Amino acid sequence: MKLVRLIVIAAGIGVVWQGVVVLTGAPAYILPGPLRVVRAIYLHGGTLLGHAGATLIEIVSGLLIGTLLGASSAVVMMASRRVKRWLFPVLVISQAIPVFALAPLLILWLGYGMGSKIAMAVLIIFFPVTAAFFDGLRSTESEWLELAGVMNATPLAMLRYIRVPAAMPAFASGLRVATAVAPIGAVVGEWVGSSRGLGFFMLHANARMQIDLMFAALTLLAVLALGLYFTVDTTLKKVVFWQTIKEKEEEP
Amino acid sequence: MTAGDPSHRPDRFAAPDVCVENVSFGFPGEEIFRSLNFKMAAGRWTCLIGPSGVGKSTLLRIISGSLRKGFSGTVRYGTGTDPRGITAWMAQKDLLLPWLTVIQNVCLGARLRGALSDPVRQKAETLLESVGLGSHRDALPTALSGGMRQRVALLRTLMEQRPVILMDEPFSALDALTRLKLQDLASRLVAGATVLMVTHDPLEALRLGDRIYVMTGSPARIGEALVPPGKPPRSPGDREIVALQAELIERLEAGFPP
Repeated sequence: MKLVRLIVIAAGIGVVWQGVVVLTGAPAYILPGPLRVVRAIYLHGGTLLGHAGATLIEIVSGLLIGTLLGASSAVVMMASRRVKRWLFPVLVISQAIPVFALAPLLILWLGYGMGSKIAMAVLIIFFPVTAAFFDGLRSTESEWLELAGVMNATPLAMLRYIRVPAAMPAFASGLRVATAVAPIGAVVGEWVGSSRGLGFFMLHANARMQIDLMFAALTLLAVLALGLYFTVDTTLKKVVFWQTIKEKEEEP
Repeated sequence: MTAGDPSHRPDRFAAPDVCVENVSFGFPGEEIFRSLNFKMAAGRWTCLIGPSGVGKSTLLRIISGSLRKGFSGTVRYGTGTDPRGITAWMAQKDLLLPWLTVIQNVCLGARLRGALSDPVRQKAETLLESVGLGSHRDALPTALSGGMRQRVALLRTLMEQRPVILMDEPFSALDALTRLKLQDLASRLVAGATVLMVTHDPLEALRLGDRIYVMTGSPARIGEALVPPGKPPRSPGDREIVALQAELIERLEAGFPP
């Protein structure tokens, strides 16, 4: 059912797209039709896949590192009030600087390779993960903690066995947001300076007026991002099963 | 049971008297209760009944030790004043953790203290069998009915092996029949411990309590104990119980002169 819906939506987008092309009579170097783009993907499949692979590695590494960093800082802030008092304002201030403005710097510091792109992705997802998880850790049901207290649990045991699992649904939604925005970080990084990746390929094709190729790269990027999102979402639903249960309960 | 048996209660865990002495609590500008004095007899079931918002749950939290600041007065557990390791607490909500299975929830205390072991699990299993939940040991709490969940919560409380058990309207969210069954079960299982149960249901208090205290007024006060005849759990149809129910409701309505 889900797959059918997906196919219908994809087909719908294709039809609207083709409709716009026909109605506006836009030339192919401005807006190529979907069939042209499919043909471009077919003809340049190998090259595109190579670039997509590079971008995927950047996104996934960024996600892993960013999630790990975000989760640990949330736990550390929860465990120590002093750390929280100093770290949280820094985190908020850091969000005032647009990550995109940092891209040229990151490339200067970390080079043209994957490092700078991974760093971009890490920076962009760090905050949503930290904020969501920390929020979840803070809003544990107070009676659970009270029960644990009467059971003589140490603060560390409460954190480990009650707060962290109770915060997992919040953490999962942070991770979902992170998965959705991580590709932006990687692609922006590639735009500013690189020799590989879909972002680089798009810029390259754009400069040569190969708009169908550019759209091909864009399509692939969308498929990549969607695939990643669904994978993460499905995994999270299985691992953090107590959130799904809650959702079910709330349904009328 | 031998001395080495972990399920055996050593002497120091013999249920003590619990005395509430001059306990007062309030917020700035609002006194909830003042100078409360009453005694929970060792190994007996004491019920505390009163209208909502009178401070029953707060008093229970003070006795359980989860409320440590903001009140004055003393609670004595036998000779000591430290509730740690003495009290167990059961709330109106079952507070089962949705990510743990039934048996893991029953063993929560041991898990939190890093003392989870095979004997602990075995004891939990035996308890689950004894209340007819053996086949649900690996189920998640969401798969259980309200009555089953509250039974699991009761076992989790018992697993703590604390001599003082504090219950905060533990059965009030259940339907009437399930409630009666659970009252009987609880009465059987916690026998020997010093129990304080907060309730707003006169019948429940009369079925289970060896002594019943009424807490009313603002600031709230606790009156003389009512001692129903016979041994709990009493039959809900008992004539004397029905008569006492009327008296209890009267006491609740009257409150206390300021």
